Amino acid sequence: MSEDYILEMKNITKEFPGVKALDNVNFKVRRGEIHCLVGENGAGKSTLMKVLSGVWKYGTYTGDIVYDGEIQQFHTIADSEAKGIAIIYQELALFPELSVYENIYFGHEIMNGKQVDWNETIVKAYEMLQKVKLDVDPSIKVKHLNTGRQQLVEIAKALSKNCRLIIFDEPTSSLNEDDSENLLQLMKELREQGITCIMISHKLREVTAIADTITVLRDGTTICSLDAKTDDISEANIIKNMVGRSMENIYPPREKKEFGPVRLEIKNLTVENPETGREILHDVNINVRQGEIVGLQGLMGAGRTESALSIFGNPYKYKVKSGEVIIDGESHWFKSPKEAMNAGIAYVSEDRKGNGLVLIQDIKYNISLANLKELVNGWSLDENKEIVVANQFVKDINIRTPSVEQKVGNLSGGNQQKVQIAKWLFLKPKVLILDEPTRGIDVGAKFEIYSLMNKMVEEGMSIIMISSELPEVLGMSDRLYVMSEGYITGELTAEEATEEKVMKMAINSSSEE
Amino acid sequence: MEKKQSELVTLLKENVRNYMMYIALVAIMVFFQIWSKGSFFKASNISNLFNQAAYVAVLAIGMTLILIIKHIDLSVGFLAGFCGAIAAILMEKMGMNQWLVILAVLVVGLLIGFYQGTVITRVGVPAFVMTLAGQFIFRGMLSLSLAKTGTIVIAQKGYLALCNGFIPDIPHEGGIHIVTMLIGIIAIALVIFSMLKTRRNKQKYGFKVISNTLFIAELVLIAAVILVVAYVLASYKGLPWSSVIVGVVLFIYNYMLNKTRLGRHIYGIGGNAEAAELSGVNVKNVTLFAFCSIGMLAALSGILYSSRLSSATPQAGLGFETDAIASSYIGGTAVSGGVGKVTNAIIGTFVIMSLTNGMNLMSVDISYQYIVKGLFFIIAVAFDVRTRK
Repeated sequence: MSEDYILEMKNITKEFPGVKALDNVNFKVRRGEIHCLVGENGAGKSTLMKVLSGVWKYGTYTGDIVYDGEIQQFHTIADSEAKGIAIIYQELALFPELSVYENIYFGHEIMNGKQVDWNETIVKAYEMLQKVKLDVDPSIKVKHLNTGRQQLVEIAKALSKNCRLIIFDEPTSSLNEDDSENLLQLMKELREQGITCIMISHKLREVTAIADTITVLRDGTTICSLDAKTDDISEANIIKNMVGRSMENIYPPREKKEFGPVRLEIKNLTVENPETGREILHDVNINVRQGEIVGLQGLMGAGRTESALSIFGNPYKYKVKSGEVIIDGESHWFKSPKEAMNAGIAYVSEDRKGNGLVLIQDIKYNISLANLKELVNGWSLDENKEIVVANQFVKDINIRTPSVEQKVGNLSGGNQQKVQIAKWLFLKPKVLILDEPTRGIDVGAKFEIYSLMNKMVEEGMSIIMISSELPEVLGMSDRLYVMSEGYITGELTAEEATEEKVMKMAINSSSEE
Repeated sequence: MEKKQSELVTLLKENVRNYMMYIALVAIMVFFQIWSKGSFFKASNISNLFNQAAYVAVLAIGMTLILIIKHIDLSVGFLAGFCGAIAAILMEKMGMNQWLVILAVLVVGLLIGFYQGTVITRVGVPAFVMTLAGQFIFRGMLSLSLAKTGTIVIAQKGYLALCNGFIPDIPHEGGIHIVTMLIGIIAIALVIFSMLKTRRNKQKYGFKVISNTLFIAELVLIAAVILVVAYVLASYKGLPWSSVIVGVVLFIYNYMLNKTRLGRHIYGIGGNAEAAELSGVNVKNVTLFAFCSIGMLAALSGILYSSRLSSATPQAGLGFETDAIASSYIGGTAVSGGVGKVTNAIIGTFVIMSLTNGMNLMSVDISYQYIVKGLFFIIAVAFDVRTRK
């Protein structure tokens, strides 16, 4: 194969005050390949892509970007787009209230003289949707599409600009398995059409399944570039390169496994979405014992988060038709998160930025928010004690920060997640519900969170872990439930569970529906 | 020596936004002092400024809470006017005891705040719409209540003293107001005591504190400011009652926001309401509380204003809400919510009222006054936005 590179980034160095985010990075992408860029959070992947797309404009970094054989000087995103480079971000940049076709041609409208030619736009948009295999009416509002479909609209938008290099930043992190599979398939088809794809991802299984080349970054430097045909691209090898050590055990072993009596039992939970009138949970029964980690697995939309929130005081006001929460043998029904907290339940949100943390406040504020009564002395808060508590958590669970006065918004994803968990541990709950505890965080931080979970259950806490990542659920759970379309479709012990079994349960019932 | 300088520099840099307000306030005052050839800092004028600022100051305190939780209250101006009218009618037309009247009017304000807050939190009408409607309604009720009588003149001595009178003094020879000076000295002692206590506490826990030199410099500066203000007031008629009232309200709200769970919850709601709810905060009830509080403060504002004018007029309340909102924003309350301090809102009030007072002193035409205030408002918020990290 001739070495035809569409992109060569040579000796890129980018410094921020006090930090060298990129240090002499070399990154070569062959024309028409799928190139995966992996590395821990903070390794410099996003910074590198921002340099490429012109977010960090020419002159703020050193080194050369050679694209199509020419040195490029991008000053804005528009510059790089004009050359055919597009980025699909994790957080989609669509206008929910506009239609699909308006979104696709936003910013490069099809003109007929001085006016926008809407008819032509719709026809063209339809063509683009065909290309990404999205079968929807182009005039439907984007907000009515699910995340997976919205992402396809973004890709259609990139294609409409004749982009030849598309960068996907964690494209499957918020997709369910089906949509992820579709997306990966689509990337392969784009490759057939001669479009080059760069994918940033934490999901190594997807990376090894799809990549032609894998480049690993660590601490702002290129560690290696692996060719799928000739090099060892096993997950173990990639992880070894990412973290600089081989991680034999992705899931730390637990020293003792002793289960006490049933701590929490959810009985006959049936819940309806008040807006659509559709039942989202049907007769759900779950229990967790003391000292046990129970996994709750299922595809996106299976009802896992809804189950957790329904019993955690039902803050989004689902219509609960029946259901009972039994804690230590006592029956409850919680009308607010506060009541659930008082009874010993804690819920670590899947969306730490959206409803988990107050980003503009500092670490100590966030850690104490759910348990201020612990810090009250008469009417007044003991702010010194608050700092002591926060410092203790920073030390115990290894939150990397200069001080507890750091704003949470400035922390990396993994550290934000640790702050969120610390907040709930401070409440000393009986049952900790972790909703996608490792979403979007790097391998090292994941390991730390798993270790922390082990420590908590060894001390007698009960954990319900909701996760979309099959290996994680299998690796961590003592027992697991599989959900699909609002039903519990299976219950397996750790010994019984295999990926195939769980996947079958997660998908089976949805095909019956 | 070099190390201390760098500490001072970093401290200044980190707090440039906070200090800027004080600098702006001092600059405005000095500017008018020079322009008016020394009239601005006359004891009588400073006393006057305190009395003029009181009704806006209490509103700005309440508005800061509302703005922190990302709501707004446009109704407080005419609600204040209406409450002033109720007070005048109850006292002058119905002969009710003035102190009972004050209590009753505060309760009326609280109830109106409760009603508006209930509709906002339970029905879901946006605060902007609800309180805009409230502005119309209370304006109508104000003119209705004074329709037959026209402006009502208030003659109750105690009531009038609220925003015109001064705290009593012990009888003595000579010009200086002894009790005011005493209060100033006690205030300095309290400040020093509480700052020392905080510092000791921090040291006890082994936390970082600023160096001794800087700490003493800070103490001296604060003490000097209090002393100067106390002396200026004492050399006239003493401390105005209005300042006492504003001081008490400020103390309560500052304590509530910074030292209590309720305060934490308010900042949490402004920062991320959903996260607050999931952390066990009752978002609706806290929001309702904030509207109750501003309702009551609007009533207090109306009382102070009618006391100041010695009458209840149909025009009372016009534009109060804009002054209060401007005060809070000039004082650094974030337009995006979640950030704000009542102490700084008071500084904002003084910035606005110093502008008004100074321009009145120089007989600047009212049209220009509005334009100057507007431009200053833009500059202040622009600075705040640009320096926000």
